[in-house]
Amino acid sequence: MTDQKDPGQAPVVEMRGITIEFPGVKALDGVDLTIRPGEVHALMGENGAGKSTLIKILTGVYQPGAGAIRVAGEDVRFGSTADSQAAGISTVYQEVNLCPNLSVAENIMLGHEVRRGPFVDWSATRRAATKHLARLGLDLDPASILDSHSLAVQQLCAIARAMVVRPRVLILDEPTSSLDKAEVAELFRVVRGLRDEGVAILFVSHFLDQVYEISDRMTILRNGRLVGEHRTAELSRMDLVSAMVGRSGEILADVGERAARVAAAEHDRAEPVLSAQGLGRPGSAAPFDLDLFEGEIVGMAGLLGSGRTELARLLFGADKPSEGALAVRGDTRAPSPLVSLRRGVVYSSEDRKKEGIIGDLTVRENIALAIQAGRGALRKVPAKELDAVVAKYIEALQIHPANPDALVRNLSGGNQQKVLLARWLATGPKVLILDEPTRGIDVGAKAEIQRLVTELADQGLSVLFISSELEEVLRLSERVVVLRDRHVAGVIHNGPDVTVETVLETIAERAAS
Amino acid sequence: MNAPNNVVANLRRLTRHHLFWPVAALVALVLACGAYSPGFLDVTVADSHLFGQPVDILRQSVTPLLLGLGMCLVIATGGIDLSVGAVMAISLAVSLTFIDANGPGTATALTALVIGLITALVIGTFNGFLVTVLGIQPFIATMILMVAGRGVAMLVTKGQITTTASPAFKSIGSGFVLGVPTPVVIGAVVLAIVAVLVRRTALGMLVESIGINREASRLAGVRATGLIWTVYAICGLLAGLAGIVYGAPTMAADANNIGLMKELDAIMVVVLGGTKLDGGKFSLAGVVVGSLLLTTIERAVIIFHIPSQVTPLFKALVLIVVCLAASERLRRAVTGLLPVRRLQEAS
Repeated sequence: MTDQKDPGQAPVVEMRGITIEFPGVKALDGVDLTIRPGEVHALMGENGAGKSTLIKILTGVYQPGAGAIRVAGEDVRFGSTADSQAAGISTVYQEVNLCPNLSVAENIMLGHEVRRGPFVDWSATRRAATKHLARLGLDLDPASILDSHSLAVQQLCAIARAMVVRPRVLILDEPTSSLDKAEVAELFRVVRGLRDEGVAILFVSHFLDQVYEISDRMTILRNGRLVGEHRTAELSRMDLVSAMVGRSGEILADVGERAARVAAAEHDRAEPVLSAQGLGRPGSAAPFDLDLFEGEIVGMAGLLGSGRTELARLLFGADKPSEGALAVRGDTRAPSPLVSLRRGVVYSSEDRKKEGIIGDLTVRENIALAIQAGRGALRKVPAKELDAVVAKYIEALQIHPANPDALVRNLSGGNQQKVLLARWLATGPKVLILDEPTRGIDVGAKAEIQRLVTELADQGLSVLFISSELEEVLRLSERVVVLRDRHVAGVIHNGPDVTVETVLETIAERAAS
Repeated sequence: MNAPNNVVANLRRLTRHHLFWPVAALVALVLACGAYSPGFLDVTVADSHLFGQPVDILRQSVTPLLLGLGMCLVIATGGIDLSVGAVMAISLAVSLTFIDANGPGTATALTALVIGLITALVIGTFNGFLVTVLGIQPFIATMILMVAGRGVAMLVTKGQITTTASPAFKSIGSGFVLGVPTPVVIGAVVLAIVAVLVRRTALGMLVESIGINREASRLAGVRATGLIWTVYAICGLLAGLAGIVYGAPTMAADANNIGLMKELDAIMVVVLGGTKLDGGKFSLAGVVVGSLLLTTIERAVIIFHIPSQVTPLFKALVLIVVCLAASERLRRAVTGLLPVRRLQEAS
């Protein structure tokens, strides 16, 4: 499969015939990966295809059962992550892997502090951190606490940290999943700069657009096997998706029809299910009005930090609104998670790990949690009833593994998201607020969730759908609420002539005024 | 070919159970005591009451059991209660002072018991208030009463070691019900009540979900305040009961020494039973095994005639061995070296 005719430089990393087995699974079977200096190489595949495993072998976390690794022409054997780092391989992981309660400088320079004798020279360390940040075009106070910055900035700090050791190979594992468009562009500018300096970059992302924008070549895996290595320019998107999922890529297409269909249909708009009037909270979201009607999908678009999540949290009562009124089917009580839950409004957070799953509990318990909270601690959901509910949603959402007693933390991201959806749907909601439900999950699971959302709306649910992927928002929703700087900048009624550019214009228009 | 594999697989599953190593240590210790001191395992009936070393161990394990049950729930929420030892002293002091003032009648003894328990419940509620409403870290919030609690008990007893007589009250700690020591009956009944309370309702699951991920639980509609408050109240109440059961046989309210360091025993039995200190999943059965193990260790020290200077060392050694055996990381490191693993994976 490898393109031998390529005239480029000698590879910096060559992995040949990598095979690794875990009890019961052959995670990788004879996989090759070649990365050249000064190229951005994308590693593509669905969740479970073996991307993470391959990366973990390259970073020395796992030792392969068979196969060889050569770095800069020399055979190497990584017994530990330290060996891999010493060979010049540096990694930024998908989940920000830093210490949130330490300062930016401490995080970036951890283990590389500037020393004066046995002591750390903090001011020099901070200066060094500033220099590393500046290389990424970031102007941050190095003494500020990391947690006080957005996830996006934290991600860039993680990259700055990875660059401290001046690696030959930089592995970026889903680096853009929490970045908005401007930040992605910023990151790509940095990545291109590093590439031009001769650093080899291994890039893993679920965003096909980004892969096409940044990568020079790609290696595609499926079910632990190498499907092919291609120059990005020579492979169409449809072919890529087909290669990844191993079937035709049409799954994404048929979801798209609904938006057009529903937009054309007339709704009975007599009574909104949820109605917010001047709802707001200083520092969170400026007062806004919003009505949600039965069977409607309303998209919410805006840059990261534009107030999408904040607005959703106010509607649900995760944060208390300090002004305005909220009525849900005539109920005007102040929202709180429990009040909302009981009157049929549920919110699925964008932060699956911190605000969604209870990792050490089982799938069954995670699904039961919201129903149980609604009933109170003393009225336990009868076991039979719960078993039926759990079985129903495992089946309906195709949760894998289909084992109610599996611990949720052992499930893949897409399946965790499905468990959360099951938790909320099991309460029989009228309004479903989904904050980035498809972030960081693979193409197949993404399409399944999109299809589910449209089915739910067809059954009469109102859905507020928040996503950074404008295509996805436009495909699903009837109306799109556009946010900018924590204001509602406009509401776009979806139709055949509405495109991603229309939405971007709405965002930009207000920016200019 | 398959049979030995199955045996190996079952054995491995058994050793992975969180109670396997504590139970194994318990059995080994009891057998060792039996071998060293013939008659150790004998239970005799005298006066239609049960006597013998095993009965004594059961009786003494009730104090750490009562403390451990409450502590277990508190730890599951991600908290800790350092005040339980002091609460033991306070509730006993209140009860005995009441008896001292009102005479030795049975009705007085019952009232004293109830007053002592209510005092403990109030203290537990106070701890819960500090932790939930004021948001003080549990370690600090409960340390307040750990330190000040003995002072409160001293105030109650006016600085004296109040000694008094009340056969009815004393029997709470030293009597028998149908031949079984009263404390053992109390322990069994409380265990059953707590087990029903946390597992037949959703209290246990909600407490675990709070301990594992508080924010996610909040967003799922779980109101942590009330639950955590309840758990501290229960812990206080059980600590008060433990103080009365432990102190009743002496009928002396020694504010300085009753329950001294018992909070550490309570934490130890919870951890021995496989509940992690950082909250989440908890095991009530683990608390039972942990308290039996702790009590047996203390008894074994006497049986083996271990010099009193090295008693803590012996205790520590047993605990270290149990914790090491139960450590998954160590087990993985060790089993990785054994041929058993290959066999297992081939099957």
